Formats: sequence, structure tokens, C-alpha cells
Amino acid sequence: MALTRHTLSVLVEDKPGVLARVAALFSRRGFNIESLAVGPTEHPTVSRMTIVVAVEDLPLEQVTKQLNKLINVLKIVELDPAASVQRELLLVKVKADLASRSHVLETVQLFRAKVVDVAADAVTIEATGTSDKLSALIRVLEPFGIREMVQSGMVAVGRGARSMTGAEPRLRSAS
Amino acid sequence: MPRHEGFFFAPKTAWKALLMTAQPAESLTGAQSLVRSLESVGAEVVFGIPGGAILPAYDPLFDSKTLRHILVRHEQGAGHAAEGYAQATGKVGVCMATSGPGATNLVTPIADAYMDSVPMVAITGQVPSGSIGTDAFQEADIVGITMPITKHNFLVQHVDDIPRTIAEAFHLASTGRPGPVLVDLPKDILQQTGSFAWPPQLDLPGYHPTTRPHAKQVREAAKLIASAKRPVLYVGGGVLKARAAAELRVLAELTGIPVVTTLMARGAFPDSHPQHLGMPGMHGTVSAVTSLQKSDLLICLGARFDDRVTGKLDSFAPGAAVIHADIDPAEIGKNRTADVPIVGDCRETIADLVVAVGELYEAGTRADISAWWAEVDGWRQRYPLGYAEPTDGSLAPQHVITRIGQIAGPEAIFVSGVGQHQMWASQFISYENPYTWLNSGGAGTMGYAVPAAMGAKVGRPEATVWAIDGDGCFQMTNQELVTCAIEGIPIKVAVINNGNLGMVRQWQTLFYDSRYSNTKLQSKRIPDFVKLAEAMGCVGLRCDTTSDVDATIEKAMAVDDAPVVIDFVVGEDAMVWPMVPAGTSNDEILAARDTRPVWDANDV
Repeated sequence: MALTRHTLSVLVEDKPGVLARVAALFSRRGFNIESLAVGPTEHPTVSRMTIVVAVEDLPLEQVTKQLNKLINVLKIVELDPAASVQRELLLVKVKADLASRSHVLETVQLFRAKVVDVAADAVTIEATGTSDKLSALIRVLEPFGIREMVQSGMVAVGRGARSMTGAEPRLRSAS
Repeated sequence: MPRHEGFFFAPKTAWKALLMTAQPAESLTGAQSLVRSLESVGAEVVFGIPGGAILPAYDPLFDSKTLRHILVRHEQGAGHAAEGYAQATGKVGVCMATSGPGATNLVTPIADAYMDSVPMVAITGQVPSGSIGTDAFQEADIVGITMPITKHNFLVQHVDDIPRTIAEAFHLASTGRPGPVLVDLPKDILQQTGSFAWPPQLDLPGYHPTTRPHAKQVREAAKLIASAKRPVLYVGGGVLKARAAAELRVLAELTGIPVVTTLMARGAFPDSHPQHLGMPGMHGTVSAVTSLQKSDLLICLGARFDDRVTGKLDSFAPGAAVIHADIDPAEIGKNRTADVPIVGDCRETIADLVVAVGELYEAGTRADISAWWAEVDGWRQRYPLGYAEPTDGSLAPQHVITRIGQIAGPEAIFVSGVGQHQMWASQFISYENPYTWLNSGGAGTMGYAVPAAMGAKVGRPEATVWAIDGDGCFQMTNQELVTCAIEGIPIKVAVINNGNLGMVRQWQTLFYDSRYSNTKLQSKRIPDFVKLAEAMGCVGLRCDTTSDVDATIEKAMAVDDAPVVIDFVVGEDAMVWPMVPAGTSNDEILAARDTRPVWDANDV
């Protein structure tokens, strides 16, 4: 079965338990969340979740329909990678002693990442980008010795002037 | 007129009416606010048991003039009673329990109501806000526990939120696809003083069920209906939920199309109607199952292509196009792709279909389905429902159930447990009216019958209510007969006592080489159901011969001031037929043991 990755932007009411409702829905209907990021929006009572899920096309329709049934879910949009900006954040602590530090810093520059913390024998690097770019960075850093890394879920927004939240009367009434 | 008559099927109008009765805000405790909210939303009956955390609510409940509280013997009984009340009346059923085990005892009926889309509001006490998360005495995260089995649930965090939350709970439970809603109330919130104003402003920005069917989809569906040569109306419980039995009959008679009613839809279309083929599915009639299999168009109204109906999904009705009408968009295309999906309320959808199909007929578009009917009638005549008389002289359970149906008549309400007796009650009682058949269809909850019958009788006191139960089921929840006796709820219970977990035994006979592991309940006399009934304040009767069946039923029918239990001692070898073995194609239906229907050569 060919699985495709889909990026769903989900606007939800900012209420207790809503993350649990969404996450539990995915697991009980048998879908795997690859990444999930949640945060505030320009509407004070509305949060936005970006959920990356690998499914076939038909089950995706079932996922969105089931999500829509959650009372706290306001709106769901699938973001096409070609028509949206998608970013993840990576913090990675790499072994960097006197011998290797200049090579590590060179890699940081190549990937337009930055060093956010330095110790005698390690540096912590912050990088943002698509998952492909971050995977590439990790591959290049691996030989130096990765001591610790942490990566955020993907956040994404559609390209162009249109807003997912702006034209939504429901959201105005919610906020 | 009861304040919320019509509430269930015309929610918008009812809400407007409620909004007209605005009152100024008052200062009340959370507990008072809860009781006033329940009264204001039109609740009449609460089934429940008090306990520590919910105790504040029981104090003002004691004084309520319009709310009747029925003290059950186990919270599961409260939940199923609320379901029975809701299914018999169409109103929202209400149950109440305390925190921890009180709340967790509601889990089974809540799950049951979720599977069968029963409008129910469960109110639970919770430990005080400050103790939540500390493993306090009688603490359970009931909101977390019931998240996957409720339409929605609430943990109330502010006393002022109580009226709005109760109003929202009733609105959610009763509109769109109905379902259970749980409201969890921490004890300190019930004790605090806050402001009560009615009606509250609902705040459900994410909830907009689609009730109006799309006109274009209705026209597309009408075209398929008018041109299909082998159509079947596949009718599910949604038709009952939408109170659309009258509309269904008009559509059926306009089109002349054969009708099948699923387990959840029995009564939505009269069994005596010549177009009715009966129930489809694992224990459906040969004609209902086969007509779906060989159909070229399934007109699915408020049903959900459940595995018990479809059998092996990829071989279900292989030649049929599908019109799927449901109020829940997530049901459409979930199991079977729909050629014409229609999202909307079944009543509106069917009414629109009647108009659209009628127009096509007037314009001369109407396929001839007489050849189809000839085939369908052939199956119906060759394979009618029936049963073999036991050869060991024992009483046939099917005979008992048939006679209860005939003697009690089509106005009575029949409530079953889960198992063989449930299937026989579905097959051998002739349902002529909607809301006269209540059972646990989706969840298959043994023990549903007695408490649900109690709830149905409370909601419809003028109706005769029969619980048709098995001896296995009956031993799970019969304690509610005490409630019935004390509260004056004279239900009638027929225990179809074969001394076994009969349906499981049937599977062991057929699929486990008759190795009866743990299905024999050891005795038909322990407990002695007659003595048990009498101990619980009921009339107890026993019948073990065919010749006594009618007289015993008549005797039970004559009692109207106490619950009656009849112990029908029946043979243990009776089986439910027809049967499609689980996981196989509906083409493999067996009319009786080792009896596969023979199709004409051109049927295949």
C-alpha cells in the first residue's frame, strides 16, 4: 500500500483537552501521526494544529471527516506542499573540539543554520527548514558526533494573500 | 404539552421557543443551577444513584417539582434506563452518578448509546477541583475515559458555566447524529454560588450539523431510483432517529421498491407490509440478504454498512450502485463507496426524494421492476423465516417469542438483551410501529433489556413493555426489577431460559466442534427465577410446556400493578437461522444448518 504524507492545518477552540481529543482520535481510528504542532493564532480563542499524517487518500477523507465531528474542531485544510511554506525547527548538540569545530561551523553556514550555544567540546545548532533540509543537515553532522537532538513538529501556512482564518465567520464569532 | 415535545426532531424551533422564555439572572449554588438547568431544558426524569461528589446536586433535586429522580440499584441500570427512555420517546435520557466507580459504572451504557446514536446526557460528580489529579478518594478521569465513547463531554470549571453547559449537552445529544454527552461536575463547583440565567447563549462554534440535503444530490439519487431495475431500500436506525417512518412509507409505496430494515430500524416500516422483506444481515431473512446481494441499486437511508449487515465487505452487493443518505458525513464512504452521497436529516432527505422521484415518474422515467419482484418473491416463498420444532419435547424459544408478540400486540414495546433471544425477538415479532423495538445493536450489551425496559416504561407509561431476555443477560442486570417494583414501573420480563449462553453455544456447535467451553450456566433452576422475581417484589411465573405458553402470557398481561417475570424454560439446542457465518460473504447464507439456498441458474 502506497502511503502519502499529508499536512493538515486544523483550527480548534482553545479549550482544555482538545489536544487529547485530536490525538486520541487518530490513534483509535488507526492512523499514525508523523508530527503534530500546536500553538496560538491571531484569534485569542483559536489554536492551530499542524498535523502530518501518512495515509492513503481514502482514509485521509475519513480522518478529516472524523476530525470535523469533534465539537471543538472549527476548520480543517489540507496544505499542498507546493502551495505552502512548511517549516520544522531542529536543535542539535554536536561534538566540536578544537580539531573539528571549524568544520562544524562551516556546515552550519552552508545550511544557513546558527550556533546558539558553545561549550568547550560541543556546540548547539539551531536550524529551521523543511524536513528534507533538516535530514540533510543531520546526515552531514552525524560524522562529528551528535550528542543530543530535538526537533519540532512541522508548522505550515498557505502561500499567497489568502488566510485560512480570515474569511471564516465561525471564527469571528468564536473570538 | 410537555415542554420539549418535538425537541428531538425539530431542535431549531424548540430552541427558539426556549429562547423566548428568558428570565433575569439569579444567584444560585452550582447544585441549584444544575437542577434548574435540567428543569429548564425540559428533562422530566433522571435515573441515578447519589454518592459523595454528586451529593450537593441531590439536595435541590429533592425539592424539584418537575424532575422525577428514579433511584436505581446500579449505575449501569441508570444508563440503560436513560437509553430506553430516549429510544422509546425520542427525548433525551438523563442519568446521574457520583465520581469514580459511580461514573465508571456508566461507561458501558455510554458506549452503548454511542454505538446506537442514542440521545443521552450523563451527569457525574467529580472530586473537588483542587483534588483533581491527586488520586483522591473516588477520583476517576471520567472525561478522559469517555472521550472516545461520547459525542462530546465537558468538565465544568466555573459555576457560572453550568446552565450553558447543560443546554449545550442537551443540544449536542439531540441534534445532528444523536449521541451521549457527559457533564462532569466537581463537588466544589456544585457548592459555590454563581449566577443562573436562562436561556444561556450556546457557544458551539465548531458544531453545525447539515440537515438540509443538497438538491443536486437528491436529483441524482432520484435518477438512479427511477432507472434502477433491481433496487432495494436499505433502511437503518437513522430513519427512526429522524422520525421519518411516515415519509419512508410514502417513498416505498410511491416507488414500489422492496424494503429491508436493519436491526436498529425494526419498526420503521411495518412488517406486515407486502414490500417488506425483513431484516438483512448475519441473521437476516434469505430474501432480505439475497436481494441486497443481487441488487443493482442500494438506497441506504440512515444505515452504516455495518459488518453484521454486509458480511465480507468486498463481496457485499457487488453489482449495486449506492445512494447513501446519512446525517453524519463520516459514515458516507466509511465502509462502502457511495455513488451518490447525501448528507442530511433522513426525514428531509426522504421527503425531497419523494418529490424528485415523483417528478421523474410524471415525466415518464420509470424502470420496470416487476421481474425483480418476481425473483424477490421467489426467494421469499422458498425461504420464509421458520424454525424446527424441538424433537426432545422441550419448549421452542421461537414459539414463546412469537406468541408474546401476538398476544401483546403491535402497540407494545419490546426490549431485548443480546444473543439468540434478541435475534428471535427481531425475527418472530411483527413490528408495525416505530419505537416499539429497543435493543443494543452496535455494542451488543448483554444486560441491556431489564433496565432499558424500565426506562421505556417510564417514558411511555401507557404502553405495555416486554423485556425479552436471556437467562445469561438477565443475571447481569436483573437488580433493576427492585427499582421497578418500588418505583411502580410494571414491566414484563420473559426470561428465555435455556441454561446457556445460547449464542456463544451456537457458535461452539457450529465452529468449535460442539466443545461447550464455559457456556453452560449449569442449571436452569439456580437461581430460581420465580423465587428471585418474588424476592424482588415482582410476580414470578414459570412455563415449560408449549400448551401453557398462551395462558402464562395472558396471566402476565393481566398484571398491571407489579413487574412480572416469566421463566420460560426452553430447550438448549435451538439455533438462530438463517445465518451468514462471520467474515464470510453474504452469498454463503445458510437458511438452516447445512442448508444453503439453491439459486436459479440465472440468479448467479
